[in-house]
Amino acid sequence: MKFYFFHLMPYQDIDPDFLETNKSSWINLPNTYYDPKKGAKLYHRYLDEMELADELGFDGVCVNEHHQTAYGMMPSPNVLAGALSRRLKKATIGVIGRALPIVENPLVIAEEFAMIDNLMEGRFIAGFVRGIGCEYHASMTNPGFSHERFREAHDLIIRAWSEPGPFEFYGKHYHFQYVNIWPRPYQSPRPPIWIPSQGSTETVEFAAHPDRKYTYIITFSPVASVKKNLKAYRDQCEVFGYECPPDQLGWAMPAYVAETDEIARKEAAVHIESLFNKFIMSPPQYKLPPGYSSLSSYKAVMEGKYKVRQNYLTCDALIENGMFLCGSPSTVVEKLEEYQAEMGFGNIAPMLQFGTLPADLTEKNLRMFANEVMPKVRHLGVTPEVVAAE
Amino acid sequence: MAAHTSKRMTIASCEIELLQGGAGPALVFLHGAGGAQSWMPYMDRLAEHYTVYVPSHPGWGRSDTPDWLDGMGDLAYFYLNFLDALGEDEVHLVGNSLGGWLALEIAVRSTARIQTLTLVSAAGIHVAGVPKGDIFLWDDDERVYNTFFDRKLAEARLAKQPSEEDADIALKNHFSAAKMAWHPRFYNPVLQKWLHRITVPTLIMWGDSDKIFPPAYGDAMHKLIPGSTLTIVPECGHLPHQEKLDDFIAGVTAHTARHNSGAAS
Repeated sequence: MKFYFFHLMPYQDIDPDFLETNKSSWINLPNTYYDPKKGAKLYHRYLDEMELADELGFDGVCVNEHHQTAYGMMPSPNVLAGALSRRLKKATIGVIGRALPIVENPLVIAEEFAMIDNLMEGRFIAGFVRGIGCEYHASMTNPGFSHERFREAHDLIIRAWSEPGPFEFYGKHYHFQYVNIWPRPYQSPRPPIWIPSQGSTETVEFAAHPDRKYTYIITFSPVASVKKNLKAYRDQCEVFGYECPPDQLGWAMPAYVAETDEIARKEAAVHIESLFNKFIMSPPQYKLPPGYSSLSSYKAVMEGKYKVRQNYLTCDALIENGMFLCGSPSTVVEKLEEYQAEMGFGNIAPMLQFGTLPADLTEKNLRMFANEVMPKVRHLGVTPEVVAAE
Repeated sequence: MAAHTSKRMTIASCEIELLQGGAGPALVFLHGAGGAQSWMPYMDRLAEHYTVYVPSHPGWGRSDTPDWLDGMGDLAYFYLNFLDALGEDEVHLVGNSLGGWLALEIAVRSTARIQTLTLVSAAGIHVAGVPKGDIFLWDDDERVYNTFFDRKLAEARLAKQPSEEDADIALKNHFSAAKMAWHPRFYNPVLQKWLHRITVPTLIMWGDSDKIFPPAYGDAMHKLIPGSTLTIVPECGHLPHQEKLDDFIAGVTAHTARHNSGAAS
């Protein structure tokens, strides 16, 4: 199993009562809540945490992209990947991911990812997402074209990386006479690709296709849904005529490890609750703009997920439904052993800082996870060919 | 209620629903983002004076959602074909909100089939410094409250439990409205350069309390369309044909009577 420390970089110094006068921590939460003096310190603290993860033996560190929100301070994850690229000694950087449809020129993403891949001499994972619904309000990208822009931008980027330039590309949304990116990616024919998802059928079919075989990462979901979606992906691989190797599957979740289950709950509770009840908060129409999903899945989500989300999510409830991996090292190891045996994943991306979790507890969490958990589960979910090669 | 029919009509491989009722000069009503899948009181009142045609746009109501539907230009060309196929030499064209924008897109392309134009709280242009409402960021209740001047009308609307079919259609309409109008939000930057091409008699009608497109939009549109007339409806929100039906009917009939070569009554 490989371990990727995933950071969201929340603006945790926000006035804790911001939701009393605002509906949402996204899109139109006034940016006067952001204090650059505090934000600058947070950026450096968070980057220090990612460098520590490298020293502690994590296989990689991951950043991602969100706009106009206190939920995460990374509208441009590539800036932070650039900052990390000269400091990480062994770890890979995963940008999981960039939201392809919301940019007007996807070649910018192809170029910037190629630059990071060069700087990292190949220790780089490229993540592609559509971006959550809020980004479509912030960027004004028409959500009705989200799927087709994602596919077309993806095709353009893959071709720009793997085919000799210049060549022309004329799609429905993107039109280029000369596709000819400099630099080319360091890895050949291209960096590995991760597709973080919350489980749409279209994404499963797309990522599992034999031409792609992209690593499929389920993010922030109750464990029942992680199981269901990873199984759907494995089943899809079978439909395509191959067995899904562990390194093609992953799970990203907030996690907290402490001396005992009780201490872990006590230390983490208020902070994990701030993530799921404050930092992530926005009304359904912010998260699901019309056209972002099909009519039928829109209805299903509105009737299912958001009715559940109206309730306050307690730390206990989050542990219970498996959205939050929390406890003593042995508890966390046991759960990972059980889940891995059942789901067959070879990657996990624990988010070891979340919500308002302060620096000292984040560092403690990182050290305990690295020292007490990773060594005990590293042998699980290893793809056979990888073993042979090593 | 006046007799009316619903029929299917196929244009550019897209089958749409067309409501029709009344007798007299032809009037085509182009609905707004919310659609017009059932026969409404304003259609009934119009049918006392006109042969009223209310098509559901491609993507709305019980009409198909064709693969070619990517923007307002597609709808405009579709309706140019529709007007050719309708069997009427000329029509009085009335459009509300997104349907008003559509009427503008049609008219800058060709007014050959348009006898008069009536724009009711029409989208389509941008007025600097006058913020619009955002129907995509409002929740369902806010959207209704911000549509009407009279809160009681909004409450009555919200008290109605829609049938499952109506709820599905409302969602379909909302999706199509977003596809047409998400960006630039409810306008076409090119359009206002060419509104001077509209030379048919044009009435612009606006609620004084429209929270979606404030009345300053009516003023701006009036200045952009040569010889147009602007009527501000007092104590009225975004849907004068629903909230102030008498004013709406009086405005449309007077406008068409002034410019009708045939017999308007």
